[in-house]
Amino acid sequence: MKKNLSWGRYPQVQPRATLPILWQSDLPHLTGYPTSVLPRGFGRSYGDSCLNEDGMLLDTTPLMRLIHFDAQQGIIRCEAGVSFADLLQFIVPRGWFLPVTPGTKFISVAGAIANDIHGKNHHKAGTFGAHVIQFELLRSNGEQLICSATQNTELYRATIGGLGLTGLILWAEFKLKPIHNACIAMERIRFANLEEFFALANQSDRDYEYTVAWVDCLSAGPQQGRGIFFRGNHAHEGFSKSSNHSFRVPCDLPDFLLNRFTMKIMNGLIYSSAPPDEQKIVHYDPFFYPLDAIHDWNRCYGKRGFLQYQCVIPYGQHEETTQKILSRVARSGTASFLSVLKLFGDQPSPGLLSFPKPGVTLAMDFAFRGTKTLQLLEDLDSMVCEMGGLVYPAKDARMSAEHFQNFFPQWREFARFIDPKFSSSFWRRVTQDSTRSSS
Amino acid sequence: MKNILILGATSAIAQETAKLFAAEGANFFLVARHPDRLAAVAQDLKVRGAAKVETQAIDLNRLEQHATLLQSATKALGSFDLVLMAHGTLPDQHACEQDVAKTMEAIQTNTLGPISLLTHIANLFESQQHGCLAVISSVAGDRGRQSNYVYGMAKGGLSIFLQGLRNRLHRSGIQVLTIKPGFVDTPMTQHLPKNALFASPQQVAQGIYRAIVKGKDIVYVPSYWRWITWVVKSIPEGIFKRLSL
Repeated sequence: MKKNLSWGRYPQVQPRATLPILWQSDLPHLTGYPTSVLPRGFGRSYGDSCLNEDGMLLDTTPLMRLIHFDAQQGIIRCEAGVSFADLLQFIVPRGWFLPVTPGTKFISVAGAIANDIHGKNHHKAGTFGAHVIQFELLRSNGEQLICSATQNTELYRATIGGLGLTGLILWAEFKLKPIHNACIAMERIRFANLEEFFALANQSDRDYEYTVAWVDCLSAGPQQGRGIFFRGNHAHEGFSKSSNHSFRVPCDLPDFLLNRFTMKIMNGLIYSSAPPDEQKIVHYDPFFYPLDAIHDWNRCYGKRGFLQYQCVIPYGQHEETTQKILSRVARSGTASFLSVLKLFGDQPSPGLLSFPKPGVTLAMDFAFRGTKTLQLLEDLDSMVCEMGGLVYPAKDARMSAEHFQNFFPQWREFARFIDPKFSSSFWRRVTQDSTRSSS
Repeated sequence: MKNILILGATSAIAQETAKLFAAEGANFFLVARHPDRLAAVAQDLKVRGAAKVETQAIDLNRLEQHATLLQSATKALGSFDLVLMAHGTLPDQHACEQDVAKTMEAIQTNTLGPISLLTHIANLFESQQHGCLAVISSVAGDRGRQSNYVYGMAKGGLSIFLQGLRNRLHRSGIQVLTIKPGFVDTPMTQHLPKNALFASPQQVAQGIYRAIVKGKDIVYVPSYWRWITWVVKSIPEGIFKRLSL
């Protein structure tokens, strides 16, 4: 088994060493190590933001302890490596839920901060970072700083969405959201094209806390942009148990299994097997984390791995641009069947390098097929750039330095807060010789 | 399980097992060497629902302190329903071959210390006529192999001691559970290359929890190790000695 790869398993580079961070009372002296260091949790970032080729990874997953829970206010303080899965088990029976969650619960709290993750409620709740009250940051000079909106504010803002480069988060405290039970009252609605998607999304975002759409990005012509819209709210009553059925992909599936033809069939099946409109009460697990039931699903893409592409197109010409992107993908002959559309809201994030901004976001998976895949994504970057959009670093493994610096013009300001000992494969790639990190 | 004594409470497996009992509101007396680490674990268990958590930092290799340790634990919680012994070290086999002091140290920590504690606890449990004694041994103790026979002997010796204890304490209504984990991905094994047989401490803790609740005698965690060790044990010695295991 190859350890230390990212979720997309591309690029396949290895660190020189991994140092587990076991106890807050027993922290390493980071300056004593010859290479640069990078904190890493469960490695669910898709690209190379959680990789540090020839450097050292600081494994935060042993920091898995809860520190304080205020049951009245719904405020939890826990160590950096506590997973969302562990938290949910603890908070849901006590009537609380995560303020923001991505599509997997196998991530760490510190990872959620470092990537300033977002979820199906972005239009209501903003990013995870917006709910973080404070955290403690270990810098390589040995300083331990409490960062919040009022204390070490600049570091607080730089660390939220800061890709693990500003120091090692030791623990964090954040605000939870009250719920009645573990269930979501959800609705699934089929839409025939992009126009219908935008109409549904605009109409749903007011009354539904969670909205997201799966889109069939291989269909062309009049069916282009067809898909299934999901919306839901926390249920007031009702009961549904989480099924314990899960499955592990035992090995890397052969490359030819996911080709344009099989993808097209699968997409067609997903679309046509869904009822036109369905309402039901479901447990939060299948609603938020359908893919978590298939452990190691990334192995479906074969041993060459896959690339995830997520961009946001600001409101304005977002409808035409989305159409153009989907057409370009449909034409490419490269396939993707996990494609997701969602409208972001305008809740600001404290994060300096945070990705979400008002607009439509589109996320797609592509099996890695060499230069063909890279060329397609490079073309998409140019389209996104032209429209004033941006691409999500947590999912990226290949955008050019030029595009990154265009997407995030604030990167130089951010770079001032990077710990001199910290670096990542991602950061070296997108800044190249513009900044030299110690390594 | 209301009152629980954990020896080696800061080990990864002990922490995960304790979490499961904390969620049920158990009382704990935690013992380990480092006070700061103990405090972090105690805090975690309190947040997760433990009704009461007491701690004592002590080096369990100091056998002469075992009796007073158990006295203060009994004083703190009254009596115990469960004692989980999770302390131990994984010695470097090669270093042990070169240095007999290292071998003795490994046996001290993994066999002699536990035997001292078990002797005290067995008498305590026998007088109260109830309780569960759950001790972490290892699949390594099922057969001596060149790659880790010092550790294997230490754990194998412990397993046999437990077997005898189980036989003795059965009529007093006491459960003696021998826990045999395979490879577990913990700080103790961080230097080893990982393969598909490695289990997470959470997985192992679930197995231990179920075995305690169900009143089992011996548990392999994960359960497939029962079959792996069955195969390893059934190879005739004449062939086994030629293998590089």
